[in-house]
Amino acid sequence: MIDWIVILQAGVASGTVLLFASLGEILAERSGVMNLGIEGMMLIGAMTAYKIAVVTGNVWLGMVLAMVAAGVLSLLHALVTINFRADQVVSGLAINFVGIGLSTVLGEGLSKSGAVNLLPTFSLPLLSQIPVLGPILFTNHNPMTYLGYLLTPAAWFYINRTRPGLHLRAVGEHPAAADALGINVYGLRYRYVFIGGLMAGLAGATISLAVSPGWFSDLTTSGQGWIAVGLVIFAQWNPWRAAAGSYMFGALRRLILDLQGPQTLLFFANPFYYMPKLGFFLQMLPYALVILILFIGSREAMKKRLGTPAALGVPYVRGERGL
Amino acid sequence: MAMTESIAKGFHFPFSVRFEQRLSTPAWLPALTSVGSLVVAFMIGAVVIWAAGGDAIASYEHIVKAAFGDIGVFNDTLVKATPLILIGLACTLAFRMKLWNIGAEGQFYMGAWGASAIVLAPILPPTTPGILMIPIMMLAGFACGALWGLIPGFLKARFNVNEIITTLMMNYIATSWVLFWVFGVWSEAGFQMSPVFPKSAWLPRLTDYAKQFPELGGLTLHAGILFGLIATVVVWFFISRSRWGYEIRLIGDSKQAAFYAGVNIVRNTVLVMMVSGGLAGLAGMAEISGVVHRLQGSISNNYGFTGIIIAWLAKLNPFAVVLVAILFGGLINAGREIQPSGVPRMLQGIILFCVIASDVLLRYRVRIARNQVNHD
Repeated sequence: MIDWIVILQAGVASGTVLLFASLGEILAERSGVMNLGIEGMMLIGAMTAYKIAVVTGNVWLGMVLAMVAAGVLSLLHALVTINFRADQVVSGLAINFVGIGLSTVLGEGLSKSGAVNLLPTFSLPLLSQIPVLGPILFTNHNPMTYLGYLLTPAAWFYINRTRPGLHLRAVGEHPAAADALGINVYGLRYRYVFIGGLMAGLAGATISLAVSPGWFSDLTTSGQGWIAVGLVIFAQWNPWRAAAGSYMFGALRRLILDLQGPQTLLFFANPFYYMPKLGFFLQMLPYALVILILFIGSREAMKKRLGTPAALGVPYVRGERGL
Repeated sequence: MAMTESIAKGFHFPFSVRFEQRLSTPAWLPALTSVGSLVVAFMIGAVVIWAAGGDAIASYEHIVKAAFGDIGVFNDTLVKATPLILIGLACTLAFRMKLWNIGAEGQFYMGAWGASAIVLAPILPPTTPGILMIPIMMLAGFACGALWGLIPGFLKARFNVNEIITTLMMNYIATSWVLFWVFGVWSEAGFQMSPVFPKSAWLPRLTDYAKQFPELGGLTLHAGILFGLIATVVVWFFISRSRWGYEIRLIGDSKQAAFYAGVNIVRNTVLVMMVSGGLAGLAGMAEISGVVHRLQGSISNNYGFTGIIIAWLAKLNPFAVVLVAILFGGLINAGREIQPSGVPRMLQGIILFCVIASDVLLRYRVRIARNQVNHD
């Protein structure tokens, strides 16, 4: 039988990866810089975290250095797109390639290292006693999952209810006006691209040290960075929607694995059990679903005329006519 | 309008870097920056290889020798360059319109699948003569690649769905699709590969003519490179000399201007994505019909993504695509034996990065200027 509690519990844990990555990307894109290099930065993060954990045995040091490594990569993106005014799409792709290549080179032989310390898991007292929600949300999770619960409302509050958040939105919507009001456009864009990098590194480290431990070269992320980029568009740059999407995709990942187990499915013979090759179609699901939600999201955006930060993708040059 | 401003705002160095916009770019400059960024990229790569405990000089020496050292290895390099030319052209065409087709990898796989279906389904009996078999396989490869481009193209044109994400997602779907057929339907004795195609489905190779010309023996270069070269001329002609190409470039430069000029953006988006996907699909067909001779899971050495870098390094010039593709073919060819194994991919990434960073030199003149007080 399919145990929905298990699927949702695992979904929350693996959805945290997408959540971190997409929250970081939301901040970067809200400031007007699109970073398509999430996948590459996540890989660098995953590799660094795992390598540090193998070498030093200290997972927390691994997490921190993973964030730094991915952050450094994102600064390259910031330099090229903000200062050199290069196309953000191409620079993002380059970040990706560099991230994938660099992590394979530096992660050489890492997959063969034996047992490694991983992030601890624990249950929250009292909260885990709540029926249904307790076992899903508050039982046997690693600290990153709990951090995810805090970061979503924090990011929403920061963006929509604080002065720095207002500056962030101003820089992404109308940099010339923000500049005229004395907001440091370049500085803020650097800051949020860097935060996006840190978050992507954290996401990668969460994979390799908690969700699916280990280093499997570029299969470690298997496109999750790209799914996060898609989620940001679907989420219309809103942290709450990003969280909903992330957890949904997390649960889907686990569901796909579990669907192939039982012999019967809803009282019928389970085709995925008797013909395991059909599993390839299950593997397509998350990616097909991203296309579907982008389609739905863009229809919604057309109707409501909202969405994209106005200056997204446009380099800001003081004195030149921008938007 | 002030065209100069200081980049290093906020800091007070005695000197500052100023970017002055160029009114015109000298014709020799793009080539120079491309070569320059290659050199810089290889120097950065060397540092990383040393840091990872490798020997950069030995690695590079090995790359040159194993890629261009003699006629045999140069043959292998050209074989690797064949799909890269076609995919580089596919990306060039789409990028000219600022349409970010990064799904060439999936389109390549679908092209390979479509061509295989002709042989394996089988749509044509194995006794079909090559003269009929090959063109139909080409058609099927092109069509399947085009279909894989059509879906994101249509979604982009009609519903403004971000094509970067959709084309990328289509890659994953295509690889799963091919794996399903390789493992499930066409598997040979349970292995992860289809049976070998009949000879009539093989593209002619140089070594096939070894009887008449003994010196061609062992050279595996196949007719796919001709597809690549012909496609180069055709793509160049359409982009630079045809009305359609003019529309594409106009849309790429300014969507708004194109719209007001009455260019049909929806139709062009769909069309360009289809042709771009088709070219990548043709590359897939050429690869399985000319090299692998069967369908299997791992037929692409990341060709689809390498094509993106090639198109950019070639500055979206179809003829330059051929040169760059041969260079990258050599890199992939030689990279198979290099330790650590990720080096070619890393170098590709660093090269792309240096290329886009150097693009600033094309648009701006960089001046080092003495800072004045209160320069803002």
